[in-house]
Amino acid sequence: MKLLTHNMLTSTVKGVVNGFPLRIEVEKTLEKQVDFSADFLRNLFYKVDWKALVEAAQTMGYAELPEEAPDSTVLESEDFLKKFHYALLELHLEEGNLVCPETGRKFPVTKGIPNMLLHEDEV
Amino acid sequence: MWYLCVFYHRLLDYRKPEVESLAQLFGVSGDHIEWRLPESHHHDSPFHFVNLPSEDVAAKVANRSILVKGIYELWGEGNSYGELEDAIRSYPDERKLPYVNSESTFKITVDSFGKVMSFQEQNERIKSLAYIPFKGRVNLKTPDHKFYIIETDDYGSSNGLPPVVQRRIFFGREVGGADRRLLPTYQLKSRTYLGPTAMDAEMAFLMANQALAAKGKFVYDPFVGTGSILVAAAHFGAMTMGADIDIRVVRDGRGPDCNVWSNFKQYGLPAPLALLRADNNLPPWRSGMKEVFDAIICDPPYGVRAGGRKSGGRKLLKGVVEPYTVPDDKRTDHIPSTAAYSLVECIHDLFDLAARMLVLGGRLVFFYPELRQDDSKEDHYPEHPCFRLIASSEQILSSRYSRVLLTMVKLCPYTDDIAEAARIKHLDFKENHLKWLEDGNLHSSVLSPADTQSIASGDSNSKPKYRGKYV
Repeated sequence: MKLLTHNMLTSTVKGVVNGFPLRIEVEKTLEKQVDFSADFLRNLFYKVDWKALVEAAQTMGYAELPEEAPDSTVLESEDFLKKFHYALLELHLEEGNLVCPETGRKFPVTKGIPNMLLHEDEV
Repeated sequence: MWYLCVFYHRLLDYRKPEVESLAQLFGVSGDHIEWRLPESHHHDSPFHFVNLPSEDVAAKVANRSILVKGIYELWGEGNSYGELEDAIRSYPDERKLPYVNSESTFKITVDSFGKVMSFQEQNERIKSLAYIPFKGRVNLKTPDHKFYIIETDDYGSSNGLPPVVQRRIFFGREVGGADRRLLPTYQLKSRTYLGPTAMDAEMAFLMANQALAAKGKFVYDPFVGTGSILVAAAHFGAMTMGADIDIRVVRDGRGPDCNVWSNFKQYGLPAPLALLRADNNLPPWRSGMKEVFDAIICDPPYGVRAGGRKSGGRKLLKGVVEPYTVPDDKRTDHIPSTAAYSLVECIHDLFDLAARMLVLGGRLVFFYPELRQDDSKEDHYPEHPCFRLIASSEQILSSRYSRVLLTMVKLCPYTDDIAEAARIKHLDFKENHLKWLEDGNLHSSVLSPADTQSIASGDSNSKPKYRGKYV
């Protein structure tokens, strides 16, 4: 699971008001090389929740992203795009959990695939 | 400029929409381009004239397509070789001379539709073109310019092809054509991991073309299965993401080298950016996450070969039992129960997902089943206020039903009103689970034994004269 995916997901357990961002419990991480596409990154830059991305990257052991959301001029900087690319698409959680911030419900990530399905009593 | 566009004679409904989509992908604005039929040709004929802004666009469209046999700059046409000669002679020299000069190599191919020509006949036809001042050398393997004589004849009407009224001969210079070698490369029989409803390669590529999949685009399939549709999108350079409710499909597959990931690895394609296990009925997207995908392509489960599933048990949704409380020690490996997911609800959820998650101008491409007994031939495809239907292409699957590939484009943003209406409808589906399930049940209409009336009429023995959409 890449941090892009993490940035899109929320806990949907019944009664949860704000299930985002999910806390990451790391058991095993991998780096997976992904083709670099500046256009793709520029589009996604406006969609991601910056704070959640920075925190998630830190949990995964990567602290090179600026804490505050940068303005869009950084999109001209190749150095920034490379870091953004690495954090968003190449850091990969292979085994671990995504934890609902309100209920503590764990969504397991196995072989890189998060299981967001709810149990019967959580729908 | 007008070009002669010759199609492969298959998937007739899919041919023009593919060219129109690709024209848009390569920069032609608007989703309608001009078409014209050769004199007295049936509309299912493989020969069409198409108006494209430049040779560059025509070549790109043809080379990326699956169903275009060739796009040609027409030098002449006629009902006889005499007429053809007159037409070619009167075609302006400044269009012809650059392609017949002594520095370039060329090749002439004789092709035909609805007839077979012997080698000798082909040679005679090539020799009859001596009046064209070819100065260059012939190169049969890698010519600079490829010329085609294509002949179609009055072959009667009993061979299943669209009726041709009169013999017609075309001569033109090839601008581009489909690379169908893709299809044997990607054919399902050599794919490592397959499910019961994996999309065949040709159709998957057509879907990816309808979705304008290309480098830098982000494509999502909410019913990813074995990834057969995303493979085609990834081939065209798109970033992909897929979800499925069935964990067997997305995770384990049939072992470490036989799963969704390996299907991408097999062709040297980049793996999907994400696969996740999620229920399309209860999507896990955070609030505020919207307009992120450029296209959503899918083959929703419509309950004939494979039925859809959503969260919740059968009895639970009937209201007979209370939700099962999972004991704490069993929570980690618990597999939640699922219930049948009716087609109407599935399409409702798909629209809601697409309306929210597609960028403006993004495309929703999906199959929709249609019963063929319906005599009312009016379009009754599902609609949504955010979307406009731009193409519908039917593929007949059996005498009972067919599937229609719908291509829609998102034109309006996802407003709060639309979101609220969708939420209310979602609750209605949940409360009236059984009613909706019965309403949209295709399985019985498609698979129940034939009623006696249709057998008695004896239609099944007489072969259709013209097969049309069956090809």
